[in-house]
Amino acid sequence: MLIYGLGLLAFSYLAGQLFGDFLGELIGVQANVGGVGFAMLLLVLLHNYFQKKQWVKANFDEGIGFWSNMYIPVIVAMSASQNALLAFNKGVLPIVAGTLIVIIGFLLVPIISKIKTTP
Amino acid sequence: MNLISFFEKNGMITSFLIIALIMLVAEQISTRLLRKKIPGSAIAILLGLILAYYGGLLTGGEKGIADLAFFSGFKLVGGSMFRDFCIVSTALGVSFPVMLQAGKAGIISLVLGLVVSFVVGICVGLAFGYHDAESLATIGAGTLTFIVGPVTGSALGASSDVIALSVATGVVKAIVVTIFTPLIAAKIKLDNPHSAMVFGGIMGTTSGVAAGLAATDQKLVPYGALTATFYTGLGCLLCPSVFYLALKALM
Repeated sequence: MLIYGLGLLAFSYLAGQLFGDFLGELIGVQANVGGVGFAMLLLVLLHNYFQKKQWVKANFDEGIGFWSNMYIPVIVAMSASQNALLAFNKGVLPIVAGTLIVIIGFLLVPIISKIKTTP
Repeated sequence: MNLISFFEKNGMITSFLIIALIMLVAEQISTRLLRKKIPGSAIAILLGLILAYYGGLLTGGEKGIADLAFFSGFKLVGGSMFRDFCIVSTALGVSFPVMLQAGKAGIISLVLGLVVSFVVGICVGLAFGYHDAESLATIGAGTLTFIVGPVTGSALGASSDVIALSVATGVVKAIVVTIFTPLIAAKIKLDNPHSAMVFGGIMGTTSGVAAGLAATDQKLVPYGALTATFYTGLGCLLCPSVFYLALKALM
């Protein structure tokens, strides 16, 4: 059943985000800490467990797959609701700082990527 | 009968239709005009940003095109709930061995990403004539993400002007990451899960990382999201405390 897959995804999302909010409160910040990461971890672990129990039947995975295919459309909607005007009408400082850090970041990616944990 | 309020009432469904049209136009531009040199998804995201700018001009609001009643569904579909839900759903394709192998590099990139962003923001702030620790720390925090900036600014009691600057800096960062990641990905070897995790940790802006990787290679999204998801929370923790105190001690 498709709805069971969707239900598993919803459970993982809610549990992960709740834990992220809780962690944020615990260390005293007004933000979610790692919620999406915990949710992803939970989804993978539970899905593996469900597979072992042979509960993943028929179109179970389609309830999850639909949403990963909706990813780009959702990101398009996200960019269309950004405060893009603010980025350009606050003068030069934001443009300089925001661009400079991205250039430095691009330069750092290949350098840090060389670090590999050898098993 | 008021057509606009009809579309507003059915906001989410209306936004599905409009996004489908944007994707269609973007795909046609990509194949017919650019011979697939720039992927359709990258063009669709860029069209989204242009709409956002236009919406801001028309309404003066904060939510881009979503501030127009006809496009109000974009607030929901383009909000953080849908975004995070879709990111989580991509996790099924994640390989655990690869993730563990990149773990050390991911953590280093996260720490480095936080520190370097803060320092760069402070340097730019100094260059623009800000000299008090509160303003500098707020601008530095805004260089992390547009959430860390205002959180830090209000914690330290920075002026609302400076807080607005910090939000704008974070938004510029997200937009620049979105537009330039697909163009530069090959040059910085951003084509595997390992470097995607490093990329997520260094950039940290979830919106920018999510959109930039989506336009580059959708398979890399969950890896980038895995590190980026810790960035804003850690930034909110470190900027008003450790980073601010270190800055104050140096001045």
